[in-house]
Amino acid sequence: MAQDQVSLDRQQTGDEIVGRGVREGGRLFKQWFDELTAVAERGDRATYVFVMGSMNEVLKSFDLPVVFPEVNSLQTAIKKVSAELLNDAEDYGYSPDICGYVKADVAMQLRGGEHPMGRIPKPSMAVLTGACNTYIKWAEVWERLYDIPIVTMDIPGTRAAGEQSMPGSEEFGYEHKYVLGQIKELIETCEQVSGKKFDIDRFREVLGYANDMSAAWRQILDLNRATPSIFNALTDGTVFLGMANGFRGTPEGSQYFKQLLEEMQYKVDNGLGILGRTDEGLAPVEQRFRLAFVGVPCYPIFRRFNDLFTDRGGTFVTSSYLWFASGGTCTDVQYDLERPLESFAEGVLFSVRAAMDAMFHQAMTIEEAAVDYQLDGIVYHPIKSCRTVSTGLADQRRFAVERTGLPTLFIESDLMDPRVVSEAQMRNRVDAYFEGLVSRQQQAMA
Amino acid sequence: MKCAAGVDVGSTQTKAVVIDEAGRIVGRSLIDTGANVIKAAEDAFQVALEGSEVSEQDIAYVVGTGYGRYKVTFGDTQVTEISCHGRGAVHMFPGTRTVLDMGGQDSKAISVQPSGEIVDFCMNDKCAAGTGRFLGAAANALEIPLDDLGPTALESERPVRISTTCTVFAEAEVLAWLGKGKTVEDILWGVHQSIAARTFGLLRRVGIEDEITFTGGVALNVGMIKAMEDKLEKKLNVSGESHYMGALGAALFAMDSALAGEPRKIEEMA
Repeated sequence: MAQDQVSLDRQQTGDEIVGRGVREGGRLFKQWFDELTAVAERGDRATYVFVMGSMNEVLKSFDLPVVFPEVNSLQTAIKKVSAELLNDAEDYGYSPDICGYVKADVAMQLRGGEHPMGRIPKPSMAVLTGACNTYIKWAEVWERLYDIPIVTMDIPGTRAAGEQSMPGSEEFGYEHKYVLGQIKELIETCEQVSGKKFDIDRFREVLGYANDMSAAWRQILDLNRATPSIFNALTDGTVFLGMANGFRGTPEGSQYFKQLLEEMQYKVDNGLGILGRTDEGLAPVEQRFRLAFVGVPCYPIFRRFNDLFTDRGGTFVTSSYLWFASGGTCTDVQYDLERPLESFAEGVLFSVRAAMDAMFHQAMTIEEAAVDYQLDGIVYHPIKSCRTVSTGLADQRRFAVERTGLPTLFIESDLMDPRVVSEAQMRNRVDAYFEGLVSRQQQAMA
Repeated sequence: MKCAAGVDVGSTQTKAVVIDEAGRIVGRSLIDTGANVIKAAEDAFQVALEGSEVSEQDIAYVVGTGYGRYKVTFGDTQVTEISCHGRGAVHMFPGTRTVLDMGGQDSKAISVQPSGEIVDFCMNDKCAAGTGRFLGAAANALEIPLDDLGPTALESERPVRISTTCTVFAEAEVLAWLGKGKTVEDILWGVHQSIAARTFGLLRRVGIEDEITFTGGVALNVGMIKAMEDKLEKKLNVSGESHYMGALGAALFAMDSALAGEPRKIEEMA
């Protein structure tokens, strides 16, 4: 009896823990957009930032509401309204070749901030890095529409694969000074926009929350090396990513990632793999092939895209997207709270550089991941409307094949535009890829 | 006699092949797919049987392939045409390491092992440039039967350069060249060279290794063979059965299953 009771208690605890990250992520995500809607309805404004170097730590220290236009745009694709927004923007004069994120945002701005998740406030200022070349032109759209200040952070990247400047070097010293100076300029602009003085203690507090998140985030990614893997890097990972961006530097974000780490550790300890939706509810999914995803998700058919793989026993255990779209915050940069500004500048250098490396030099990381995550294959997903992230993937793929010998799949669609998503063609390629994986597995077992 | 069948339901034509245990083709058929894909598959299968000395009871296993593979309702399983073309090409030409399949709506570059297993593959993206449909558009604009495209193109003396890669716009470009007084032969050879250039890029993405086998309906076009060989500076393996290579590969996979003793689904259901 006592033994049964213990099992029951453990089961209840497990039910509470397992899936909590996705459930709580959904709740916080809604809360975030509800708050933004309230800001918009009050007629107040928000700071517009980007995922690759959001500078959220500085902005949160001023209690500025933050909008991630990339997150808004991808949500329009998931909510199946991106096509009409893209058409609106093209009617307005934007070329079909321009980034789908930009066009959906422009159309949304023209509709007064109307969004499937609520209402998006107008910008008070915009902060961007050079991690994506489109960021600059995108922010200039808001500058023209709303006459707002834009702060462009020029973060030095990696000059050549594997040759990053490191602390102690003369080069790193120059780069650090360069970034620190820009952060001080950002703070001045925040003071003007918010009407508040910069509070170093508040900033220190925000950095502490960000430290909690970074430490947990990195451990969570590493825990997915387990067999069976504990979360789907494409679907679950994107939920975690939303939290990592929207709640960075907040107590909610800190708490969320601590709990998420607890959940993931619990799953590893109990040998619990990924759960998928079935007619009878959630059930463990078959994990026959461990895959890496390189690129940006196909948001117009987000779940169905993933199902193309999971239906055939493929599981995404890691993804370059989690690295670059989190602004490299998954690299566990820990800020030194005794010297907050200087340490933040170092952290920005490291994390934004890591984000850019995950886009432009990800083959190096994939080579390590092939071993660490015991990969069976790599899926490359270049997208029509973002040449920044897609250019070079063919070469990166060739490099990865030569270095790892892993079978790869190269399928092209889009992150936003359902007009260029051809599911029949995609399915055909995925089927053929799995035929190869099965055959390879059978040969290995023979 | 134990036999197996492969049915390749393509975007424009459906092919069926019946083979014996030695992998010899004993029956084949080719019909237009049309709108009723299920019927096309059934008809192709029946026509292939009628052309052989094999009865339906002798067919131990059936594999469906091509875009309509899930519509081969009497099939026992499905295999993509990518795997099937690889398998068929290696069966016909055992030295094959690279397969170029050019079909009605897509082109594929396939890298294969000596066993016929797929190492890597690349296909044209969501665009029919560089496919049979591109040639079809040119034939339509020039009012030339498809079968005459290749021989006519080879009569060219001063080929034009077709710059567009869009199948729809190609028709307009062909008409523009006609308006400039260019000969049909020169325009057609330009079309073939344009496709060859685009396909060459596709092949490079999987790595071009000897021997290269050209499969699919377009491999029947002598102009396309010449254009590809010029571009690759290599001879291509081309079989008289190139049109049936996907169906042949499917039949070979079906024979594997038959020899492994896998029952037909239709028998299990009974």
